[in-house]
Formats: sequence, C-alpha cells, structure tokens
Amino acid sequence: MSLEVSQLTKIYGSQKALDEVSFSVAPGRILGFLGPNGAGKSTTMKIICGYLTPDGGSVSVLGKNAIDSPKQVSPLIGYLPEHNPLYLDMYVREFLEFSGGLYGLAGKKLKQRVVEMLQKTGLEPEQHKKIGQLSKGYRQRVGLARALIHDPQIIILDEPTTGLDPNQLVEIRALIKEVAANKTLILSTHIMQEVEAICADVVIINKGKILAADSLENLKSKATEVQLVLETEEELELEWFQQFNGIQFGSKGKNEVLISVSHAGDARKEIMQLIQQKELNLISLNQNKKNLEQIFREITK
Amino acid sequence: MSSLFWKEINAFFGSLLGYLVLALFLVALGLIVWVFPESSILQYGYADLEVLFSYTPYVFTFLIPALSMRVLAEERKTGTWELLRTSPLSIFQIVVAKYLALLALVSVALLPTLIYYFSVVSLGDPVGNLDQAGFFGSWIGLLMIGAVFTSVGLFSSALTSQQVLAFVVGVFLCFVIYFGFSAAADLQLGDFAYWLEELSLSYHYINLSRGVIDSRDIFFLFGVIWLFLGGTILVLRSK
Repeated sequence: MSLEVSQLTKIYGSQKALDEVSFSVAPGRILGFLGPNGAGKSTTMKIICGYLTPDGGSVSVLGKNAIDSPKQVSPLIGYLPEHNPLYLDMYVREFLEFSGGLYGLAGKKLKQRVVEMLQKTGLEPEQHKKIGQLSKGYRQRVGLARALIHDPQIIILDEPTTGLDPNQLVEIRALIKEVAANKTLILSTHIMQEVEAICADVVIINKGKILAADSLENLKSKATEVQLVLETEEELELEWFQQFNGIQFGSKGKNEVLISVSHAGDARKEIMQLIQQKELNLISLNQNKKNLEQIFREITK
Repeated sequence: MSSLFWKEINAFFGSLLGYLVLALFLVALGLIVWVFPESSILQYGYADLEVLFSYTPYVFTFLIPALSMRVLAEERKTGTWELLRTSPLSIFQIVVAKYLALLALVSVALLPTLIYYFSVVSLGDPVGNLDQAGFFGSWIGLLMIGAVFTSVGLFSSALTSQQVLAFVVGVFLCFVIYFGFSAAADLQLGDFAYWLEELSLSYHYINLSRGVIDSRDIFFLFGVIWLFLGGTILVLRSK
C-alpha cells in the first residue's frame, strides 16, 4: 500500500472532526475522497501531510510513519492545500524555484525540473508574470506545479477544482489525470461528477466517519435499483404497469413513465410485450445509470 | 533553508516598501546627525558621533517591527504557512532562515552609517581626532540592539496573523526591554532597581559604547535573542 491511514481521530474542542478513520490507497491508483463540506476531508489530508497532529491513530506513507517522522515523509508527498495559497507577489518561475529549493533541489537539477513543470502545466507563456496577475485557473496550475516540483510519489489535492469556470474545470481535470500517471493520487471533492470523471477508488466520509471505501465500479454495482424511462407517442396509463412484478413507478408526463425496478432485464421484456399488446408507438426506452450522486445520497442519508 | 532566506530578501527588495523603509531610516538619521540644530554634529563642536548612537535605538524601535511585522503574520494570513509547514523544513529552520534574512536587512540599513565615521574623522581637528574604540564599540552595540529587536519583531509577528497588531506589539516590547526597565529602575525601588537596570538593553548598550566589549554584555544580548527566538518557535508549534 502506498498510503495507509488507520484509526485516525482528531478532536476539536468537544467535537470529533475525525472518528477512527481508516482507509488505504494502492500504488498507482486515483482515490476520490468524497464528502459534504465539513465532513473531515481537509482535516484528514492535513494530518497526512503533517500540518496537523492527530489525537489518535497512525498514517503510514510508503511504509514510513508520517506522524513520527514528518521530515522524511514530506518529500514523498506533493500537497495542494484547499484554497491554493500562493505568494501573489512572486513571479511564477521565481516561486517554483523557491519551492524546489525548499525540497532540497538546487542548481541544474532545479532549473531542469522547473522548466519541466512549466511545460507540463502549460505555464510557459506565463512564467514571467506575477502570480497575482494570473486567473484562478492558472493559479491552480501554479499550485499543481508547486506540488509536483520535487517529483513526489503521492499527490494529495484538496478540492483542486472549486471556483473554476467550466472550461478551466475540464482543463484542470485533464491536467490532473495527466500528471497522476504512475503516481498515487488522492483528491478530495464534494462534486460527484469529478470522482466519476477521474477516480478509480472512492472513499465516502461524513461527519468524521468513513461510510464507504471501495472501487468506483463496485460501489456502482452495489446499487440495488435501476430506473427505466419509457416514452411513447400515445398517452400511457399507469394501470398497465401494475401487473409487473416488483415494480415501483411514478408518472413523469402523460407520454412518459419512470419505472424503478430491481431487475432491469425482466422489466424491459415485459415492457416490450406491453408495447406490442397495446400497439404503442415507442419513442424511447432509456435506462438511467445509477450515478454516484444517488449512491452518495443513499449512504449519507 | 537558503532558499527561504533568499525569498525573504527578494520579497523585501522586490517591493517599493522595502526601499522606502530603508530610505526613510537613513534620511531620519541623516537629519538628526547633520541637519537639526539641536542634535547636529556641525553645531555641537566636538568630533563625536554620540548623537547617532543615542538616537538610532529610538528609530530602530519603530523601524525593525515595521520590517518584521509581515514576516510570519502574512504567511499565516494568506495560508502560505501551510506550504512551509508541509515542506521538509522544521519550524526551527524556518524561524532561523527568517531571522537571518531580517538581520541581513537590518545590517544593510545600518551599513551606510559607517560613512559618518569617515566624515567625522576628517572633520576633527586635528584630522582623525575621534574616539575609535568608542565608535566601534557603539557600532557593534547598535548591531546587537538591532539583532535583539529583530528577534522581538519576529516573536510578535508569530503571535498574530494581523500585521498591524504585530507591529504595535513589537514596538511595545522593544520599548519595554530597551527603555522600560531602566526607566522603572529610576523609581525608588531600593535593591530591586539594580536588577531592573541590569535587565534593560540600554544598560548593556551604554557599556559597549564605552569601547569595552565585555563578555557579560554580549552573553546577555545573545541570551535575549535566544529567548525570543525560542518563544517564537514555541508559539508557532502550539498553533
């Protein structure tokens, strides 16, 4: 395991921000850390990166204890904090050189690494600008470049896409996917689509407790119900569907019916029979994919 | 560590504010030493730089907290502190790098006053009639005062994320340890007054300005610096 978090507990005053949080990430995987605001995502990440000390539990990064020896673990992790703090008065290039210096890079190696990161994140045209002059999307790129400057094995990004416009969102997601190749990445977010777009594994956390930790596929297949949407040219009557087994349905419009079933295959067959029986003119029969959003709501209810 | 040191130096010279603070410091001292009739050496009649050494600590009381107020407070306010803390640098290294950078700036501010030495040497009659030991003792004393005030300024910058608050606390602490103790010693306190006097920076500064570099004074000044740097580290650790 690249990263193992076990029994992590953090208490703020009388409130338990984290309650025995445990999960692990295998090398090379992208893990989505999902939860509503205030669920404990940032707290967990800050503890892994050594910024906060936990009240209990342990973190092991590539076999090293992150809480006892933060100095050895720090170079292994590339961390982009929430809100992406940057020195707005510094020039992009200057900032990256400074950050590399903090991680012990120097001379030719540092210069080479900076150029590499500028190329990778598409910041080359902006390298002589002050960070304060850049748009939010470009600042996010600077933050990413900084997190990756020392070539860490594990990348931790805390809500890397909040506050970006839809174009920047797509660009940054693509960039994250690209830089995460062959690395272990943890990404926190409260946007479900993001997890579906990028992640292979999902950990769902709420009120400091882990509610689910599995691969995205498993989580999705665990979902019990499937929704079918039937649309015809003729008006549909709900009574027709009452003979089906194990069906819950709701009306959407006169020509449209939403049907929830546990076995989509059987239900589809029955619907086709019904269409023939009543000589209906079919427009569409769609199956709504169970998305993470529904799963998330079911779990966090 | 060196990259943090240079970042601080560059941050200072990268902004107009840095040059402004240095320029104002030198203009204020220049006016006091050469222009204002009450304190001007030209009016005084003796080739002696006593004025420079008695007024500079006053200027330092304001100048140094102004230089140091942003150094930690701003990092905490903007969140960049998190970047530093999650880097491989320990809090001790961060504090030392920042302290050395500030100290370098204070030394740079003080350096041009060495020119006054040559001016006064050539003004003397006969030329060169100047208490050399007194001058260099005082100058080293001034540098030490600057070093102490810098540690005080760094400490007050660690206390809060508000720069203005850090400045006010810094000025107050500098004032108390330089003038406060010796002023309090003037109250009728009996034996206790002697201890208070020894605790004040001005007492040790005056010792140095006699041209005798006494190890007791140097130890005391270094002790105060370590006290405040240690305090800074403790404060940062607890946050």
